[in-house]
Amino acid sequence: MNKLKIILSGIVKNNPTFVLMLGMCPTLATTTSAVNGAGMGAATMAVLILSNIVISLIKGIIPSKVRIPAYIVVIAAFVTIVELLMKAYLPELSKSLGVFIPLIVVNCIILGRAEGFAAKNGVLDSALDGIGTGLGFTFALTLTGAVREMLGSGAIFGHKFISGDGMLIFVLAPGAFLVLGYLMVAFNKLTAKIK
Amino acid sequence: MKNTLLNMILVLGGISTVAAAGVGYVYKITEAPIAAAVEANKTAALAGVLPAFDATTPAELTLDEIPVTVYTATQGGNVVGYAVETATRQGFSGEFRLMVGFSPDGKVLAVEVLQHAETPGLGDKMGNEGNPLFASFKGRNPGEMNLAVKKDGGDVDALTAATITSRAYVDAVARAFNAMMEMTGGPKADAATGATATADAASGATAETTSTEQEKEADNE
Repeated sequence: MNKLKIILSGIVKNNPTFVLMLGMCPTLATTTSAVNGAGMGAATMAVLILSNIVISLIKGIIPSKVRIPAYIVVIAAFVTIVELLMKAYLPELSKSLGVFIPLIVVNCIILGRAEGFAAKNGVLDSALDGIGTGLGFTFALTLTGAVREMLGSGAIFGHKFISGDGMLIFVLAPGAFLVLGYLMVAFNKLTAKIK
Repeated sequence: MKNTLLNMILVLGGISTVAAAGVGYVYKITEAPIAAAVEANKTAALAGVLPAFDATTPAELTLDEIPVTVYTATQGGNVVGYAVETATRQGFSGEFRLMVGFSPDGKVLAVEVLQHAETPGLGDKMGNEGNPLFASFKGRNPGEMNLAVKKDGGDVDALTAATITSRAYVDAVARAFNAMMEMTGGPKADAATGATATADAASGATAETTSTEQEKEADNE
């Protein structure tokens, strides 16, 4: 497969959030601001790339009956490592993302790519797939976070452009569903031609 | 590899061992930076609520089953203030923690929000500059105040549309004050209702706090 196509597929054709609709829980919960969305996306991308590489490397030695537990151990180890690193070097971000970093373990995007791609493809392709899917997820979360922050707080990446409050509902849970829904419509409309 | 029992045990055991070693290694190298980050956070909060100091002595207390830490700040041996790390469980989204700075005579100097999960845009304004909650306490001695929000007949201006958060804030500050008084042996304020010696005036507040659950929706959203 064309290398560039693997990356683009994760961003556009198989965008985990807007097209596959995987990992909805962190998407809805952590996108109260663009920075939080980007942080969550980056953390997930790091885990995704590392777990894809390792699973692709060890796929030959795993007996098929225990492959899911084996993948989960690999993913959990990388999530814990990312969590520890964030706590040590990005304490502010780790505080605002809270419990959603450890919950990356059960994010179905990661297990989905491990089972659906890394277990069948070579190391380089798997790494590229991790980058592509991770970028797609990061893009979706940052966009959702940016829209919610603009409408809800009147700010973008923490810089306020109006004084006072925005429409608060967009920072709260219902706003997450509204924004995500409309972004999905827009994204699929815009990319319909590319497919 | 074939699905024999031995293979499965060997592969899963091997993967787990390598994963555990990796996590253990990262834990070791991040242990010191994480401790430093926590420490820096605390130092920043202490510096934010206290006048200049050169040493602090922490003392751990437990009030109403909530752990509270009183830091006695000194400069050249003289007490310049107290910083109390306090908490409440009555927040709109559960527990939140505050750092409250007191002058040696018991006046509130500053309040910093350490950790909370209150509603963005409503309850989380308790951490903003010049919010009415802190303004009600600033420069005053909680022991001489009627510690309840105005809606409950007290002296504290609540945050608009966040009465639950405001009550919890009052509860946390009252606990901080009581913890400091326990350290210094002064008279306490009534932490349960958040009211001072004026028990009669506060009875309304006591009744209100029990109906907190039903009012949650109406008040905060």
